Amino acid sequence: MTGIVTQQIELRINGETVSASLEPRTSLADFLREQQMLCGTNIGCEQGVCGACTLLVDGAPIRSCITSALSCAHAAVQSIEGFDDDIVMNQLRAAFTAEHALQCGYCTPGMLVTARDIVMRLPDADDERVRHELSGNLCRCTGYVGIVRAVRRVLDARRANQGAPLDEATTA
Amino acid sequence: MKAAIYHYAKPATGENAIDLVAASEGMAKFVSGSQSLGPMMNLRLAQPEMLVDLRGIAALRECRNEGDTTLLGACVTHAEIEDRKIDDGTQGLMPYVARGIAYRAVRNRGTLGGSLAHADPAADWINTMLALDATFLVAGAHGERTIAAHDWMTGAFTTALEADEILLGVRLRRLSSGARWSYYKFNRKPGEFAEAIAIFIDDAQTGVCRAVIGAIDGPPHLIANARALIDYSDTARLDSHLNAAGLEPGSYEHQVHRVALERAAAMIRENRKQP
Repeated sequence: MTGIVTQQIELRINGETVSASLEPRTSLADFLREQQMLCGTNIGCEQGVCGACTLLVDGAPIRSCITSALSCAHAAVQSIEGFDDDIVMNQLRAAFTAEHALQCGYCTPGMLVTARDIVMRLPDADDERVRHELSGNLCRCTGYVGIVRAVRRVLDARRANQGAPLDEATTA
Repeated sequence: MKAAIYHYAKPATGENAIDLVAASEGMAKFVSGSQSLGPMMNLRLAQPEMLVDLRGIAALRECRNEGDTTLLGACVTHAEIEDRKIDDGTQGLMPYVARGIAYRAVRNRGTLGGSLAHADPAADWINTMLALDATFLVAGAHGERTIAAHDWMTGAFTTALEADEILLGVRLRRLSSGARWSYYKFNRKPGEFAEAIAIFIDDAQTGVCRAVIGAIDGPPHLIANARALIDYSDTARLDSHLNAAGLEPGSYEHQVHRVALERAAAMIRENRKQP
């Protein structure tokens, strides 16, 4: 292989349509961080193990370090910068603060995206299931206890509310 | 690390995909979810000059209940199987297995066909498909062919698939409503590749009673008639199957596989007593 070839891509990032030119080998994480200046997505292992780079593509969590940006053409990408108006994410952020669910913060963007997926997809999850679902996101600071408690807090708050729309005032 | 430089194409038909790879003189690779190939490329264990993305081919996402059989397209994701978004003809076995594959973020992207073509001996589908006696549907430059489950995997990370052939999907005989199964995977951390896998399927209505010893060095080991093993899983009987699977007596691998086989046998035996 000789020479660097670039290809065009169009996709949606946090609600906005973006066109860009990139090398095919560019991972989605590198594309966001280095070309879109969205550095909230952290890169840890670059082999799909640690979960730090987890974000949403078409509403589902994925590993952005082992997913090429080109393979996300025409998809809707939601990175940690794109959740300001998201009720569940705001509940989780408050709960992470209340439960001391982060120290250095490196795993936190990926943790929050995974936690949001647990809350949305598994509203009846017990602690064991929460731990199982979090097993793909590594945190070297907290020992996970605070993180599990934070997810628990949001699950319980939403359960107590029984489907009634939650606003900021009712969060953790 | 970052992947080495490569070209990328996402054709809309299987013919185009096969042509692209055939023209590459062995330097192109097919890809779907890239959840195994992606890490290998980042580690530069794999450095293909071109990736041909199969996810644009609608035919590879086709799944249907065909009466006695189920067709599963190669590009169906683990998460879609886990969530029962496609018809499950296995009485819950495949959704159960899917839930134990890696992590949700990987399952959202990784595909059934990708896992089967990668053929990691410690992966879930490669072992499950042998237990289910799947038929592999393959297309290449010279047309389509089928490959039987026991001929699919020829060694670790090696299949009967030619370099310019693609896996279209698998066809499974549907398990009857009275069928029982058990699946035991041993790993130290949820989501890891297995250190040992044992699978039993007992379907009295179709006369199928099979077991598989998986996550061994090469292709999984099939026990075509597992009746006696279910009814009497004594040490001598377990050991004879483990030895036949090539596991060295006294080794750690032999021990963890024995525990997996014993527990899977107990699970299916106890299930049978339940209403």
